Amino acid sequence: MRRFVSKNGEGMKQGVDPDELTRPFWEAANEHRLVVQNCAACDRLQHPPARSCHRCGSGDALEWKEVSGRGRIYNYGVVHDCPIRLLQADQPFNVAVIMLNDDPGIQMYSHLPGTPVDDVPVGADVEVVFEATANGQKVPEWRVVAEAR
Amino acid sequence: MKTSPAPASVYRTAEGLGLWEHRGNVAAVGIGHSPTFRRWDGTPENSVGGISLLALRRAMDDAGVNPADIDGLVMDPSTTTGAFWPRGKPLPWEAINAYNRTDEPLDGITGLSADWILANMPELTGIEFTMYGMGCMSNAIVVAAQAIGDGRARTCLVLKSWHNLEGRYYQGGANAGNAIPGSSAIRSLWGTPACFGTAVQFAEYCRKYGKSHDMMAPFIENSRQNGLKFPEGYWAQHRPEEITPEDYEAARWIAKPANLFDNDMPIMVSAAYLFTTAESARHLKQKPVYVLNHATSRTRPRSLTPTLDEVEADTARTARKIYEGAGITADDLSFENMYDGFALFHQFHIEGLGYRGLKFGEALDFYQTDISISGPNPVSPSGGNIGCGRSRFWMHTDCIQQIQQRAGARQVTGVKPEVAVSGGPMPVGGNYMVWSATPG
Repeated sequence: MRRFVSKNGEGMKQGVDPDELTRPFWEAANEHRLVVQNCAACDRLQHPPARSCHRCGSGDALEWKEVSGRGRIYNYGVVHDCPIRLLQADQPFNVAVIMLNDDPGIQMYSHLPGTPVDDVPVGADVEVVFEATANGQKVPEWRVVAEAR
Repeated sequence: MKTSPAPASVYRTAEGLGLWEHRGNVAAVGIGHSPTFRRWDGTPENSVGGISLLALRRAMDDAGVNPADIDGLVMDPSTTTGAFWPRGKPLPWEAINAYNRTDEPLDGITGLSADWILANMPELTGIEFTMYGMGCMSNAIVVAAQAIGDGRARTCLVLKSWHNLEGRYYQGGANAGNAIPGSSAIRSLWGTPACFGTAVQFAEYCRKYGKSHDMMAPFIENSRQNGLKFPEGYWAQHRPEEITPEDYEAARWIAKPANLFDNDMPIMVSAAYLFTTAESARHLKQKPVYVLNHATSRTRPRSLTPTLDEVEADTARTARKIYEGAGITADDLSFENMYDGFALFHQFHIEGLGYRGLKFGEALDFYQTDISISGPNPVSPSGGNIGCGRSRFWMHTDCIQQIQQRAGARQVTGVKPEVAVSGGPMPVGGNYMVWSATPG
């Protein structure tokens, strides 16, 4: 089972320095809210955030929309050779691709805290939790809440 | 001379464009390869600039073209395999000063501009056209083919080179830090190696179609066998080691279900081709290999990584563009040389093409049949990146050599090499070429 040890930063996600484009996403995470960029003109979510809508090209109609924080595991890989120094002590670990219930086209990655390595229930329902990184910034993570549909 | 990336208008990204307007009027003739190295040894001649000069001169010599007759140069200015010059490390002045410099000291060491090439090839006295095809040779040859067809150049060199330095790539820089910018954190925080997206797509492929990772073993074995017959390749030159199914299944995971042998190995290497008009090509030293079409995918995945559904839709779309512009069908392909670096996506390419009638979900069963160069259904006769090291150009060299009937021990014998397709890199996002023994 994956454990995060905060004593010296080992095994913990890197900290995050919010930038202009993504600051609302990270500020919401610190408030335990999940928000996704949305084009009001197209009524379409997009993630990762961008400076313009991938469909209509407009940057004027972009807003941040709070979503339910529920999703489903699309599939996953087990990382044995990680390029990130802080995570290497925790290898191997799961990384799952989560599809949001609000729009299955929108994905987020997850280490699936609480799920044994390589024993991931593909298709299972998950819900968002928020986890502190090395500099205290919180990030969305996902926990399994129900078996695969 | 100012060199810019090719404009979007060069690329054939849409369906419904009809036959390529220059179908059969452009040809590849000459090939030049440098030796391969695992990493740069610090010598000027083995720098990325040094090996590029060698490859370019070999391509002209191979084609029998006078350097003064070259009027075009298309290349990729980025040469990194993931390795960058470490911040604070003294610059390699001996190697830098061994050549004519540009304003960027590491030009020719960790990057390569057209200005650097021209400053160090005084024999290229007739260059009037330069352009960058960004990312890999697949892009650069598309740009060159279109430039020749459009009349912007008559005889054009196309170059792609790679540098690799000491150390494990992607392990330094931001990846070694305690914090990263918010924009990159959205992808990077979870520590996924480069093959992760492909690994997830492959996992979904196996789930959807009831396949398993061990079914990839014949493809890997075949790729390395073909690569060991490619004298220009890294494994043939330095480590002539086959990969048995047992080796493959015992290999350590990188991002399960992608293991070590599903990943290619970064190397230093350079290759150059000589493109010209079909008319000019007929008078040169090698048999012309005609370009029937080029096609490009610029599809943007909806979110972090393409789903299997997105991959399959895009490879099918790419195939329709390839066939439409070339005026051929899948039945016309003598062999295929689609990209393989990562091995776990080669099947997406060939299923999208419908190579030998394959439908989605059938390629791994196909790999259990005879896919060798001596059979009727050659798969990746170049050996690709898995068989030769990371270059993203073995597939193109092999298509040209096979059709010219000079692939040596790698020559396909179970089919007559008349029409072939190559390209990549990714199943969603890449550039593709259709090569032919005849102009159409």
